[in-house]
Amino acid sequence: MKFARVIGTVVATQKDDGISHRKMLLIQPISSQLNPTGDTHVAIDAVGAGFDEIVLFASGSSARQTVTTKDTPCDCVIMAIVDLIEIDGNIVYDKSKQVL
Amino acid sequence: MKPARVAGRVMATRKDESLIGQRLLILRLTDWNGYESGDELVAVDAVGSGAGEFVFFVESRDASVALSSNPPVDAAIVGIIDGVALTEEPDGMDVYR
Amino acid sequence: MFIAKVIGHVWATQKSRGLEGKKLLLVSRLKISDSKIALSRETLMAVCDKIDAGPGDYVLILDEGGSARSILEDKTAPVRTIVVGIVDQVECGSRIFEMRDGILEERGTR
Repeated sequence: MKFARVIGTVVATQKDDGISHRKMLLIQPISSQLNPTGDTHVAIDAVGAGFDEIVLFASGSSARQTVTTKDTPCDCVIMAIVDLIEIDGNIVYDKSKQVL
Repeated sequence: MKPARVAGRVMATRKDESLIGQRLLILRLTDWNGYESGDELVAVDAVGSGAGEFVFFVESRDASVALSSNPPVDAAIVGIIDGVALTEEPDGMDVYR
Repeated sequence: MFIAKVIGHVWATQKSRGLEGKKLLLVSRLKISDSKIALSRETLMAVCDKIDAGPGDYVLILDEGGSARSILEDKTAPVRTIVVGIVDQVECGSRIFEMRDGILEERGTR
């Protein structure tokens, strides 16, 4: 899995029946230090993530393992909303301490 | 399966139900000698590893079979490395010409 | 599938249940062309179950999870790369190579 920040939503009226009524979010992958890295993805949201939240996403056929994405044409799913990141003993992100 | 060093952890209250009770760890990718490549990813822990440990992990769909709940994960730690023995370095050398 | 050379092994006491009792070999893929055979710069880890392969051996590697699990007869083994055989001989174009006791030798042409 990789970290990403939710940077937008995607609306598509005409889409495959398998992904109808699924929330699609635009995500920017980020490093564990929260710096943007790589290209943006469109992911199906399985956990109810919102704008600007830091999330974890899974890619490939593993992305079809959630209830929301089972048997759907989906290669990228948001499967967790990040509360805290600790790396090398330092807390680099704590959602509860973010200024809203 | 690839080698990595456990660098940190992630806490997430809101997550897919199949991940409840599972630990999510940050891995820094290494080669088999333990040298870090600079790449990192988050993996679910299927063996009880801890910070700083040298581990190996599986990627893609094969990661989700590491746990009985078959969670939506694309990386899973499946072993803690006690030792590595390399009889030769893969240096791109010819073995026959 | 592809041919690789066993260049080492890993030991791990604490591992996923699906890997218990299996050898963990480090292998390097062979790059075979008309003029030469070379090792790749990458090292892969492959699971080895019933086949008695060790350092120096040239092995046949299968790199797909579903097939690996069917070979291990374990639907829950978190495995992708597995040793499925030891290679004795390869015919490449008109040349014949023999791989015996970890040594690769040309044994004439066809």
